[in-house]
Amino acid sequence: MSDSDLVFKALGDASRRRILDRLREEGGLTLGQLCDEHDMTRQAVSKHLAILEAANLVVTVRRGREKLHFLNPVPIHDIAMRWIGSFQTNHLEALSRLKHALQGDPP
Amino acid sequence: MTTATELHYTTYIRSTAEKVWQAITTPEFAKQYWGNVNVSDWKAGSVWKHQTPDGETRVVGTVREAIPPRRLVLSWAAPDEAGDPGRHSLVTFAIEALDGMVRLDVTHGDLIAGSQMAQAVSGGWPRVLSSLKSFLETGIPLGLGCH
Repeated sequence: MSDSDLVFKALGDASRRRILDRLREEGGLTLGQLCDEHDMTRQAVSKHLAILEAANLVVTVRRGREKLHFLNPVPIHDIAMRWIGSFQTNHLEALSRLKHALQGDPP
Repeated sequence: MTTATELHYTTYIRSTAEKVWQAITTPEFAKQYWGNVNVSDWKAGSVWKHQTPDGETRVVGTVREAIPPRRLVLSWAAPDEAGDPGRHSLVTFAIEALDGMVRLDVTHGDLIAGSQMAQAVSGGWPRVLSSLKSFLETGIPLGLGCH
């Protein structure tokens, strides 16, 4: 599975997206803190975090006995730049063609 | 609006640790993907400046640690806040060589939650790092440098 596949699969789950939203709001949360807020078992949150970490969307840092979780927005940004970049180009080309057609320019 | 005081970014780049180090510390390269450049002699204790290509200083700080090509730690402040230690944040670049690629971890800590600086850098780092990755892997930056 490519890196992009891992990211899209990770994002394709509402619970995981909620975890990312929470980490975006406040970084450095422990597993315990993340469990307290979501209506999920510790095991379920742990499993979601493993998927998010494998996709590099969450990075962890050990501070003493605790493991803190942070959102890593870089993979999402990479995808946005690669995809939105292409879509924007196509969109602009389509607009340009429409404009020329309306002006009666030869095709 | 971010309340974070510590930001973490991780990216994997198909390149070498030396090239990643050079890309960060050499103005000739930084200009291409970052837009601005980082100027210093990169020795612990030395001054460091983040400047536009025209030489306008946008950020200042000191080099806390420099272990090429693996680790670079810089203090970070707006020029008009440089005199106040409480307004300095800390940026750590950790460059780890893996098999055929590099893992770059950037941590920006000691930011003041909700500050203009925190907002600015939280928007800036993903753009800079995506551009760096693209530049080192394809020679083409993402054209989203800062000015």
